[in-house]
Amino acid sequence: MSKSPEVKLVNVPSPNFVPEKDADKPLVLEAAHLGIDFGGLVAVDEFNIGIGATEICGLIGPNGAGKTTIFNLLTKVYEPTRGTIMIGGRDTHNMTPVQVNQMGIARTFQNIRLFDKLTVEENVKIGLHNHIGYHTLAGVLRLPGYWKEEKKAHERALELLDIFGMADLADVKADSLPYGAQRRLEIVRALATGPKLLLLDEPAAGMNPSETEELMNNIRKIRDEFKIAILLIEHDMNLVMGICESIVVLNFGKIIAKGTPSQIQGNPQVIEAYLGTHRG
Amino acid sequence: MTSIKKASVNSKKAFLNYALVIVFYVVFQTLVSTKHITNSLKGQLIPITCYMIMAISLNLVVGISGELSLGHAGFMSIGAFTSVIVTSALTGLPGIAKLVVGIIVATVIAAIAGFLIGIPVLRLNGDYLAIVTLAFGEIIRNIITNLYVGIDGKGVHFSFLSPDGLGMEATGKIVVNGPQGALGYTKLATFTAAVVLLFIVLIVVQNLVNSRTGRAIMAIRDNRIAAESMGISPMKYKMLAFTVSAAMAGAAGAVYALNYSMIDPKKFDFNTSILILVFVVLGGIGNLTGSIIAAGVLVVLPELLRKFGDYRMLTYAVVLIFVMLVTNNEKLKGRIDTFFKKLRMKISKGGRKK
Repeated sequence: MSKSPEVKLVNVPSPNFVPEKDADKPLVLEAAHLGIDFGGLVAVDEFNIGIGATEICGLIGPNGAGKTTIFNLLTKVYEPTRGTIMIGGRDTHNMTPVQVNQMGIARTFQNIRLFDKLTVEENVKIGLHNHIGYHTLAGVLRLPGYWKEEKKAHERALELLDIFGMADLADVKADSLPYGAQRRLEIVRALATGPKLLLLDEPAAGMNPSETEELMNNIRKIRDEFKIAILLIEHDMNLVMGICESIVVLNFGKIIAKGTPSQIQGNPQVIEAYLGTHRG
Repeated sequence: MTSIKKASVNSKKAFLNYALVIVFYVVFQTLVSTKHITNSLKGQLIPITCYMIMAISLNLVVGISGELSLGHAGFMSIGAFTSVIVTSALTGLPGIAKLVVGIIVATVIAAIAGFLIGIPVLRLNGDYLAIVTLAFGEIIRNIITNLYVGIDGKGVHFSFLSPDGLGMEATGKIVVNGPQGALGYTKLATFTAAVVLLFIVLIVVQNLVNSRTGRAIMAIRDNRIAAESMGISPMKYKMLAFTVSAAMAGAAGAVYALNYSMIDPKKFDFNTSILILVFVVLGGIGNLTGSIIAAGVLVVLPELLRKFGDYRMLTYAVVLIFVMLVTNNEKLKGRIDTFFKKLRMKISKGGRKK
């Protein structure tokens, strides 16, 4: 198992804590008493989280615990039944996924959602959409702004693809990429939107150990280069324990434990949730 | 990694389409001027070009934006009748100026109609959206069937009741006469004007598709949720595609109507909408080259099949089915692709040997 980056977690106002290095910076995301019901089913309840400016936080839990539902709440795919979500100190009540992205949250999906019929480069350029500064009419008339901005976008897209060494795949259609590369492309595309917080939903799913190792390095690299926070859902405990500074454990829609990787590893409730109750 | 296909280069395709339109124009213009063309085909040149525009316009909605629209003839008829009214109202202008103003006003009015209809329609998805566009197409046709427009010294008069409801001066002239449609206006459209319009439409659509806006439209088509999470508003870009498409259909309708001296609202019914959809599907959804060729071939085909006599439309249907089967056969497509690949390799090898 990889060496845990053991960091000291410090308390911040609200029932949350962040790594010490982020203590003096405002939180990128703060969710309080978050909950959602689907009909009579309480899918998520009393979810509280605070994410520091450059924190890598893991969200783990058994299948069906509500992890992806939380991503959907944070990105406003679902409107929460209860509680508040603050992004950079602003309440996101009644906001749309589009607005949430523009406020600085980008995500990847558990079941890959690329723009299949478009090329790798076009996928990244769609991520860059709100950073390409020309109007529709300038595009149709091919005004100088179009050429300038398209050139900039092209260079930026290749630069971003290069993080994962994918620049040479720029002209390949997204759906003809191998599975692992599709997952990496989703991360690049999300990164292209210029987020302050990146939500990764099972980034290592379907990857072999060496690919996972590389992914871990890249996630750290992204955090360090872009100075952003990352919240990730992952089942691969090597990855979670290897790069996360704090971990939130979810079971049946509720937080059962929060803390540093070593605190989580030793937590009896977490072990019970994953392995079941000890009998006999 | 050899299995990875290089995606086609867009700009190359775009230039191919421009070349196709130019060749189409030059060939037929030469045939017309050297009188090597039958009168019936000559009379169809402008309608063919209009249908090509319609096919491109509908392809923007069906292929690029990914929404099935079954009411496109409605926008065509809005353009058609607008242009007739505008060109009739304009007096003292030369023909070409009337034509241009007629097309521009028709485009704007059709765009406005597209925008307004888009507001309720684009809130729906899939089959529901298709059915509602069908309904709006019929609503437009019914409105125009009951529309009376007259022009006199005081200006343009509108009524939905009867010609008498227009309250015109005795010298006034009825331009649109309800179910009879528009009668006795001046023919203004020329083949050259129609092709110029086709060229403009092609430039607009191709430049739009290969821009930030086009990528956003295609992103919404491919995966709406992912597009939203990239900060792209689906409603905004769907509306844009729908409105631009309606505008172009209006322009096509204008040229179509001004090619005759009379036009009947029944011309723009559900069948016409379906016919345009057939061009798009047959030419390949999202494939502009295909749209242009399919529109051209399918408008001319019934004429060419005249020798089948009573079995003409039956033959037409059989040809349609055959072409659909062939173009949708993956195996055959693969064979054709490899054939062209080999051919290209041979050509490039031959070129190197020189």
